[in-house]
Amino acid sequence: MTRKRRRIWILVLCAIGLGSATALTLTAFQDNLVFFRSPTDVLTTEIPPGRAFRLGGLVEEGSVQRQGEYEGRPAIRFRVTDGANAIPVVFTGVLPDLFREGQGVVTQGVMGQDGTFRAREVLARHDETYMPPEVADALKRAGHWNPAQGAAPPPAQWNTLEPGRADAPRRTGS
Amino acid sequence: MIPELGHFALVLAAVLAVAQSSVPLIGAQRADARLMTLGAPLALAGFIACAIAFFALMWSYAVNDTTVVNVVQNSHSAKPMLFKITGTWGNHEGSMVLWVMVLGICSAAVAAFGRDLPSALQARVLSVMGMISVGFLAFILITSNPFERVWPPPPDGQGLNPLLQDIGLAIHPPLLYLGYVGYAVTFAFAVAALIEGRVDAAWGRWVRPWSLAAWSFLTMGISIGSWWAYYELGWGGYWFWDPVENASLLPWLAGAALLHSAIVVEKREALKIWTVLLALLAFALSLLGTFLVRSGVLNSVHAFASDPARGVFILALLGIYVAGSLALFAWRAPAMAPQGHFAPISREGALVLNNLLLCSICAVVLVGTLYPLFLDLLTGQMISVGPPFFNSATFPLAIPLIIAMAAGPLMPWKRAQLFPVLQRLWWAMAITLAVFLLALFLSGWAVLPALGFAAGIWLIAGAAADIGDRVGVGRTRLANAWNRAKGLPRAAWGAAIAHAGMGITILGVAGMGLATEKLVALPPGGSTQFAGYEWRLDGVRDFMGPNYTARKATITVLDNGRVVHVMEPSKRFFPTGRTTTTETAIRTNLIRDLYAVIGEERDGEAVLRLHDNFLAPWLWIGSLIMALGGAISLSDRRIRVAAPARRRMENEAGARA
Repeated sequence: MTRKRRRIWILVLCAIGLGSATALTLTAFQDNLVFFRSPTDVLTTEIPPGRAFRLGGLVEEGSVQRQGEYEGRPAIRFRVTDGANAIPVVFTGVLPDLFREGQGVVTQGVMGQDGTFRAREVLARHDETYMPPEVADALKRAGHWNPAQGAAPPPAQWNTLEPGRADAPRRTGS
Repeated sequence: MIPELGHFALVLAAVLAVAQSSVPLIGAQRADARLMTLGAPLALAGFIACAIAFFALMWSYAVNDTTVVNVVQNSHSAKPMLFKITGTWGNHEGSMVLWVMVLGICSAAVAAFGRDLPSALQARVLSVMGMISVGFLAFILITSNPFERVWPPPPDGQGLNPLLQDIGLAIHPPLLYLGYVGYAVTFAFAVAALIEGRVDAAWGRWVRPWSLAAWSFLTMGISIGSWWAYYELGWGGYWFWDPVENASLLPWLAGAALLHSAIVVEKREALKIWTVLLALLAFALSLLGTFLVRSGVLNSVHAFASDPARGVFILALLGIYVAGSLALFAWRAPAMAPQGHFAPISREGALVLNNLLLCSICAVVLVGTLYPLFLDLLTGQMISVGPPFFNSATFPLAIPLIIAMAAGPLMPWKRAQLFPVLQRLWWAMAITLAVFLLALFLSGWAVLPALGFAAGIWLIAGAAADIGDRVGVGRTRLANAWNRAKGLPRAAWGAAIAHAGMGITILGVAGMGLATEKLVALPPGGSTQFAGYEWRLDGVRDFMGPNYTARKATITVLDNGRVVHVMEPSKRFFPTGRTTTTETAIRTNLIRDLYAVIGEERDGEAVLRLHDNFLAPWLWIGSLIMALGGAISLSDRRIRVAAPARRRMENEAGARA
């Protein structure tokens, strides 16, 4: 084999390697990207049924029910809210240590036919003052909280707060 | 007083690093032997200064000196002494001090053991390492001074994140850093080679042990991190494709490629430019890992820093080192004439294939890790890339890699033929096929785990075939084969052991593919059937620890009424920091793990999550064997580097045999 042919060999091999890596990445991206959605997004946008996504917000105060079963396993039901809207969630599993009412939470799963989100995972691995950036973003988009003003208002008020009212302290504050 | 001493030592280390980064380099450029020989003492002094700073910080932690901000933020007097000491590097500032100290150790090692190196090469290597030290010492001194004081001192510290108060996490970062920083040495060698415009077999012989050592430490660091996640997080998994985990996997993959291509440089003087590039990339990925973890770009227990100034600083360092070295590469690499061509079917060819596949996997993981960051940055859209992506994108690339891993070592250098190699592997292929079919049948037609079992067995059998072939099992008398086995170079043993270790880890991965779990709510005295046993909850009670309170469940595992295990999973509550952690209970017989986690209690019942994890311990046993293979191979290298003449004689003897 001549030197030139060897080099072409290696180049072809590299092209195959890179090409297959790119192709694999792209196909895997197509099927497996998990989007983050706030409760408002879930109600306002169309979501392909059966497609997994992440739902994030605050665990609505007083919404956690630790009874009953779902698909034969002990289940926990709660609602995730971004202030404007809330989505009921059912989860079967051991909740993370920092899951608490009124705290930020990110859940991953699929939307059920009945409008209940079936969470396969609940992520809350952070300390108790921490707010997941996605959740902070969702709250900001819902117009309920501007982090520049300080801590988030108490979650018990999330569903009754008017976006306009939430803006008011900012104007007086600055 | 001690913290000031530490701070002074850090400043001193920075000054010494500035000298180390310039004086030997100037000496090498001007061929001035006096300036060049200054490199080694400067490196040693820099190491001593870093070590003093590190131990000063450790002292502040040990005596719980609440006038030091860093101690106040991360420690507490009620913490056990072990975790006070390990708390030294359980936080952002302290871990960066550990980073520069490990870099100091590596510099000192190059200075002390590098006397056989050509003096200009040694001077340049030390110089480049000095430049890396300067950057990181500046980072510590400017943005994250661990010795900052507070007055008046608060009565006590705020406590360390309880998740980090664990022996696994105590040894995980130092091992990982030894790996990351080990690639700083190969990086320095690569940059020095680019400056000199020359790469030869001697260079390869020097880069190989460093990349081996770095890779072995990284292997151990990653596996201990994964073990920690397995028993401490209580999710029942061992690898989550979390960006922080990927950050350590990326340099591991690039480092594995480097380790193999350095062999080609050493033996055949080929693939030189590629090896230099890989050395640059391996360190760039180590820095990227440091950036991702340290900058707080990612949210996880690892991200201690949330100060944007720090992120920008590390990003700037990353940019300077990576862009600088790549620019140097673009400028100087064409000057290095490629030589030593080879046939595609040969040991070199197999190693090229290995490099190609490892780098492809590395690229896929890199894209998957960084894509969400860039998308968020550019469009504001939040997505996450999880295990399904990484699994489906890396598995197809891993299969040819594993096939080649067993066949490659059997190929001769220069020119090989596929058929004789396959002939020597026929029994390995037969076993692999049998295992595949058996696993398929036993697992109820689960294809992926069966493929995994086959891949693991293939690697182990391939490693056995390699050793068997070298010592001539079946071709010569047993006593003769034994003598040959003793005479076999340690590098050959190391490679076979490391490949077999990979096989064992893959068997563990495949076994975990068959793991089952059960979630039940049980009242005290209630029981459930799982994994062939009866699990009885005897009760849940309060328990007091040194700095926490806990709820501890007692579960008795019965086999037909006979007590097999008593398991006590618990939930700990830490009043300082007001956090809760899960303590799993694991009983292993090295074939399977029984794993229990306690969830919340409600209506007099306790929610329990029970796992039956088949072959889980093999994941970590296999990776420790991999690291052991690296160490055995390393013990061979050292002898060779010290005695090149003897090596030549051995080679001639080997050629005759």
